[in-house]
Amino acid sequence: MSGARVRTPLGEVDRPLGGLTRFGGRLSGRLGEALLTLLADAGRMAILAGRAAEQAVVGPFRGRPPRLRATIAQVARAGTQSLPLVALISLLVGMILALQTAGQLERLGVVDLVAGLVSVSVTRELAPLLTAVIVAGRVGSSMAAELGTMQVDQEIDALHVMGIDPTHYLVVPRVVGLLVALPCLTAFGDAVGILGGFTVGVGVLDLSAAGYLTDSLTALTLEDVWGGIAKAAAFALIIGVVGCERGLSTAGGAEQVGRSTTAAVVRSIVLVIAADLFVTGLLYARGGP
Amino acid sequence: MSDGSEAAIRIEGLEKSYGGEPILRGIDLAVHRGEILVILGASGSGKSTLLRCLVGLERPDAGTVRLSGVDLFGPDRRAVARLRERMGVAFQGGALFGSMTVAENVDLALAEFTHLPESTRRIVIDIKLALVGLGHARHLLPAELSGGMVKRAALARAMALDPELLFCDEPSAGLDPITSAGLDQLLLRLRDVFGVTLVVVTHELQSAFTIADRIALLHRGTVRVVGTPAELEASDDPVVRRFLDREPEEETVETGLLASLGEGGGGNHA
Repeated sequence: MSGARVRTPLGEVDRPLGGLTRFGGRLSGRLGEALLTLLADAGRMAILAGRAAEQAVVGPFRGRPPRLRATIAQVARAGTQSLPLVALISLLVGMILALQTAGQLERLGVVDLVAGLVSVSVTRELAPLLTAVIVAGRVGSSMAAELGTMQVDQEIDALHVMGIDPTHYLVVPRVVGLLVALPCLTAFGDAVGILGGFTVGVGVLDLSAAGYLTDSLTALTLEDVWGGIAKAAAFALIIGVVGCERGLSTAGGAEQVGRSTTAAVVRSIVLVIAADLFVTGLLYARGGP
Repeated sequence: MSDGSEAAIRIEGLEKSYGGEPILRGIDLAVHRGEILVILGASGSGKSTLLRCLVGLERPDAGTVRLSGVDLFGPDRRAVARLRERMGVAFQGGALFGSMTVAENVDLALAEFTHLPESTRRIVIDIKLALVGLGHARHLLPAELSGGMVKRAALARAMALDPELLFCDEPSAGLDPITSAGLDQLLLRLRDVFGVTLVVVTHELQSAFTIADRIALLHRGTVRVVGTPAELEASDDPVVRRFLDREPEEETVETGLLASLGEGGGGNHA
């Protein structure tokens, strides 16, 4: 490098390694380490997802169908854990959205567009995303905590030595259960979000109830609804796999269970939002937003 | 596959290291059918790692483990899967499934690997629980059990499929002397009644000498001696003597460090 030699009154000398350079070295070392950890974790998640998919899809043909009863229990658990919160948040966000946009639309004299705006934004974006965030916090975290505790207490080891595959026994019911529960919760969030907009539209903006509902529904296309539900399914896969992977890779004591739980929530949310951008980008490329 | 002369367990040249640190340095050991072999050793001697390799939870870097003639890390995964139904493991902390009752814990392997109807399974569970003296506890959750009961329940679960091989990790750790003695008697009974081959990992001398047909003393990742309790008692190997006489190893008492601490304490007075 040309900057390696520096002219000084005493002639040309090699530039000594400055503090900044050393800091840079340490920083790149840390960054490299973080990157490697990230890649290793991504690899583990991919492997777990692959195994779970194999068990769920190929398993039945080998006489090992997913455990139906356990899966239903997981659907019920995910649903009951998150339903009240999904209802509350969706209602509030629907109301906020209506209030926020009403001011702008009033100036243009088209307040009645609020109905369509709320229903489209809620079904396409807000309900899938917010429901996924809630479920990551409530269900993903409890999966990580539960499997993490089982790992720490050697219960996972016990399954291994009994010849019971933890992926089949524990991961598949959880991921499949979430794949059922999250789209349902999202559809529910859609409805409650629209209801939230409706209460503001009728109660505050003095729009007619029948008109609001008609506008809400005519603005929606089937694709809006299915697009949101499909996103929810993708998010369910992410939350389930991340929660289970973090739980199963817990090493050490009870303190590590807490870390796994936090990591599961943070990672799920980051990945869900990244996946949201990706899927939305795909839909945009296909035929406009 | 396994004739009468085949040892129940044959370990050859087993090596395992973690992060460059060798834990097992070439273990050779054979366990005869129907005997109780106790693997005795201090903390850090590698006995837990050895047990994890024996039950297939840890893949060794080198060497083989043959259980009832089946190569545990060999290419025949089907044979290993069938083998798993013929072995039981009782973990140190019990490792009972916390969300299931004691009976459900025992039932897990029965439901998974047998085609018995539920009514028959219930009878089998009752027999197993009675065997370990937990007939009254079938509907309790693991969190509601005492330390000794957890170990008994873990044994009942390990015995669910009438295994040929039973592995026990520290069966008497964390128990009071009376409960611990009761557990020793239980292990002897399991061997006498079912003819099961038992491998018990422990650091408790008294328990080891009570139950063992033979004892393997592990020291720094190698088998220092294998022999009957009487042979061990008569041994003049310095490591064996130190262990039996409960003398600490030299490294564990850092006399230099203690001396300097003492001086530091004196310095404060000056």
